[in-house]
Amino acid sequence: MLQYLALAAILFAIGIFGVLTRRNAIGILMSLELMFNAVNINLVTFNKFIGPDNLVGQIFAIFVIVIAAAEAVVGLAIVLLLYRNWQGIDIGNINIMKW
Amino acid sequence: MDIKSAAIFFDILYPEIFLLAVGMFILVVGNIFKNRTFLAYLALVGLIGALVLTLQQWNAPQSGFYGMVQIDNFSIFFNVIFLSAGIIATLMARDYLRAHNIERFEFYPLILFATVGMMIMASSADLIVIFLGLEIMSIPLYVMAGFFRNDPNSNESSVKYFIMGAFATAFLLYGIALIYGAAGTTDLRRIMTDLGYLVSHSGFFLYSGALLVLIGFGFKVAAVPFHMWVPDVYQGAPTPVTAYFSVAPKAAGFAAILRIFIYGLGGLNELSVIFWILAILTMSVGNLMAIFQTNIKRMLAYSSIAHAGYIMVALSVGGDGAVSAAAFYLLAYTFFNLGGFAIVTLINSRTGSTAAIDEMKGMSVRHPFLAALLALFMFALAGFPPTAGFFGKFYLFSEAVKAGYIWLTVIAVMNSFVSVYYYLRIVVVAYFGKADEEFAPVSFKPAIWLVLVITAAGTLILGLLPQFGLQLAQMCMFSFK
Repeated sequence: MLQYLALAAILFAIGIFGVLTRRNAIGILMSLELMFNAVNINLVTFNKFIGPDNLVGQIFAIFVIVIAAAEAVVGLAIVLLLYRNWQGIDIGNINIMKW
Repeated sequence: MDIKSAAIFFDILYPEIFLLAVGMFILVVGNIFKNRTFLAYLALVGLIGALVLTLQQWNAPQSGFYGMVQIDNFSIFFNVIFLSAGIIATLMARDYLRAHNIERFEFYPLILFATVGMMIMASSADLIVIFLGLEIMSIPLYVMAGFFRNDPNSNESSVKYFIMGAFATAFLLYGIALIYGAAGTTDLRRIMTDLGYLVSHSGFFLYSGALLVLIGFGFKVAAVPFHMWVPDVYQGAPTPVTAYFSVAPKAAGFAAILRIFIYGLGGLNELSVIFWILAILTMSVGNLMAIFQTNIKRMLAYSSIAHAGYIMVALSVGGDGAVSAAAFYLLAYTFFNLGGFAIVTLINSRTGSTAAIDEMKGMSVRHPFLAALLALFMFALAGFPPTAGFFGKFYLFSEAVKAGYIWLTVIAVMNSFVSVYYYLRIVVVAYFGKADEEFAPVSFKPAIWLVLVITAAGTLILGLLPQFGLQLAQMCMFSFK
């Protein structure tokens, strides 16, 4: 079980790193998906090893996948608007408002 | 009071289902008819209908969906807060959106759907349902933040809110996964009953899960190390949306936090220290940063961070008294904060306005009544008697003193004194600021009058007759102790 959990933790950490360091909005979206999928691995692992008699973890993982898809739709739409109004999707440039 | 359980029972979700149905109906009708002015009224009908349906459930705790949904006075109290915020935001939004030429009917279903998500969050007794409610709430909010589709500020606000929101959700989910791994269930009731065993048996997963969940909700309610997105998002979003953001998602986040950390994981006493630190950081940073702002929306954003800090005092204290104090504070905060934002919306509806504080200059000459209302709301935000703000803070801090948190209370009271400075500065500008040019008149519409009357009445009634609101708040308990 520990191997799976470690894999999930590493994926999650890569995701965090990506969100914090990527400047491209699409890169950030991909890193976010990585974080959600790390959670899915966790959920399914716990389901298999801790509560195999019910399917809470697996069902939860399906919910997470659906929600992640919905978030990706909204996220891509927002990025599209960003591209239209800023002629680029570099998050580093997008800071009119400060302090 | 017999408590139903163990089956689906759709009837306990009638308010949510009604709201969803009205939202879908507006989406369909809006695409059919050319004349869409009536859709805002339809949204109001939906919200008021859901409010009536919700109030009918008062004092009759029920549970359904195999224990996943829990309707008790706690959830109803918070549902009333969300629905009132929704009603007020809808009333504010129509004229504002029209003044800025972005009136699109999709706005109203978005408010309805977000409200449904919040209501589900407050009514759930299961981590999966809390997560689902959170997402049903968040996804419409991301869209609402970017509702000025052609305004770079609004785009920036929306993208920041989306990235931070999704980032926070990922933390929350990871935390829930770890709690599930520790407990083998996501049912808060079972986690609560087995807590002692779980701590000794799989304490590591439980504690790290609880911390990650706390980080996730910390982003949502804007607690301090996780608050960086708040000022930018609040400034860039359309003003009625900002008003809605500053009240409803925050109350929803606190409803979920109270449910998880005082009910489900209430036995983890070590977390109290973390809430103690978060509370002090949140109110101090919020209040200190608010002093330096020149934009009203940004200032109110920092002020909303500070208010989140006051409510966190209740989380640190814990117990029934603290829960009802927090609920009362959130109800009072809904009225006076939305009132303040209603005036900002009026100012901001004039062409070319950026909601700078200087735009308030000369207000008392032109609109003495509006300036008086502004003073009322600012006094309430600062916590002067006889407004709701004073009694909200009074109950919160007296609960903290009763539980022996003297230092926390002292720091919180000192913070309130700091906040007086920047709230009163707005009043001073409105009354004594020398205007370089004439104060451009604001255009009053009946809807905004209604908003001002409702919020002012709420602020004064909860302030002059606090026992009424407090009695309701004291009844707002979790069932299944």
